[in-house]
Amino acid sequence: MWAILWKDLLLELRTKERVSSLLVLALLIILVFVFALTPEQLHQPAFGSALLWVALVFAGMLSIQRAFILEQERNCFAGLLLCPIDPGQVFFAKFLSNVCFLAIVEAVVAPLTLALLGLPFSVSLLGLPLVLLCGIVGFSALGTLCAAIAVRTRAREIILPLMLLPLLVPLFIAAVNVTGALLAGEVWTGTWFRILIAFDVIFVVTGWLAFGFVVQE
Amino acid sequence: MKTVTTHSGLVDSFLPWLTCVAMLAALAMVFLYVPNERVQGEVQRIFYFHLPSAWMAFLGFFIVAGASAAFLWQGKRSADLLARAAAELGMVFCSLVLLTGPLWARPIWGVWWTWDPRLTMTLVLWLIYAAYVLLRVFAGDTETVARYAAVLGIVGVIDIPLIYISIRLWRGIHPKVEQMAPEMAWTLLVCTGAFVCVFTWLLRLRVRSLHLHDEIRALRQHVVAAS
Repeated sequence: MWAILWKDLLLELRTKERVSSLLVLALLIILVFVFALTPEQLHQPAFGSALLWVALVFAGMLSIQRAFILEQERNCFAGLLLCPIDPGQVFFAKFLSNVCFLAIVEAVVAPLTLALLGLPFSVSLLGLPLVLLCGIVGFSALGTLCAAIAVRTRAREIILPLMLLPLLVPLFIAAVNVTGALLAGEVWTGTWFRILIAFDVIFVVTGWLAFGFVVQE
Repeated sequence: MKTVTTHSGLVDSFLPWLTCVAMLAALAMVFLYVPNERVQGEVQRIFYFHLPSAWMAFLGFFIVAGASAAFLWQGKRSADLLARAAAELGMVFCSLVLLTGPLWARPIWGVWWTWDPRLTMTLVLWLIYAAYVLLRVFAGDTETVARYAAVLGIVGVIDIPLIYISIRLWRGIHPKVEQMAPEMAWTLLVCTGAFVCVFTWLLRLRVRSLHLHDEIRALRQHVVAAS
């Protein structure tokens, strides 16, 4: 598992293409929103959190697809499966590498967004990395499972969002609400945060258990 | 060559008639028997088709999940075909819910659509169904795809409670049925019965057609191999 994770990270370290392209994409999405909304709307914390998560979900979708396309193209995935390891470990490797990439992207995009939108920095923002990480974990867990399915079908670019987005509804609602409360400086560790955690736990476990069914030949 | 087993031929010959009678009875009750609702008037009668459709959509989802789990467990082709048929039917009934809802909502609420939890939930459910059916369409009809679909079906059902909770917390105005006149309760009961019949009948037809499809394919391969 660590070997696969290391391989993915090393590949990225050498090419830097995934993280850099995701970064630019996330910024572009934010730019589109800035143009689409009026200045008054942009200063509301609710919009800031919506924006952050829309950018993250769309950038994440591409990221998660890359995770399998590289291996699919050269048929390396079959080789990976021939290794005498549990498919659950392959899942964790793919899942963790994706968490790493998205975390790096968010580490740059989130502060930039806050600055671009002119949202006030406050003490409660210290919770933001944790919330973002929770969102990324849930997204990557479900995303890894769906991408492993989507990548072996025709029209994989379209089938992945079709599968992933409706399933992500609870994560998205919860994450936007937690972040909104957080940006507004309110209490954010309430019910929404617990839903977010529950989503993470449920889909990390589901992904780990179901991955074997998806990848077996 | 194995043919489609008709171990329940009796049910198959009986069910269309039962469905026919139940549906006629349901229609008669909705339009002739049940009194108008006091506040909402005529338009409320659509509810007798709306609610059973919603239940059938949910039923479809649970059949998909059950059949998917059975398929992953035992790998039986019939379980896979059942899941597929149930998903297609669930989507049909889910569409009915989404069509009959706005027809009622426009005169009563004054809008076609509102982001009420149950409406949102049904829409999300419809989208998950759509993803499932499209996955089947895009990915073809192989053993592997059957496994993908089964995983998606199960993940979808695991997700339902979470979707439900989060949407409920999000907002809400859907009418709750508080008290029903006995006539209304009877009508609803008959309509639900009729919908269960329609659902079961269509499900059986679809499963059989999928089995026949398999058989034709096998025969074709047989012929190609022979020639």
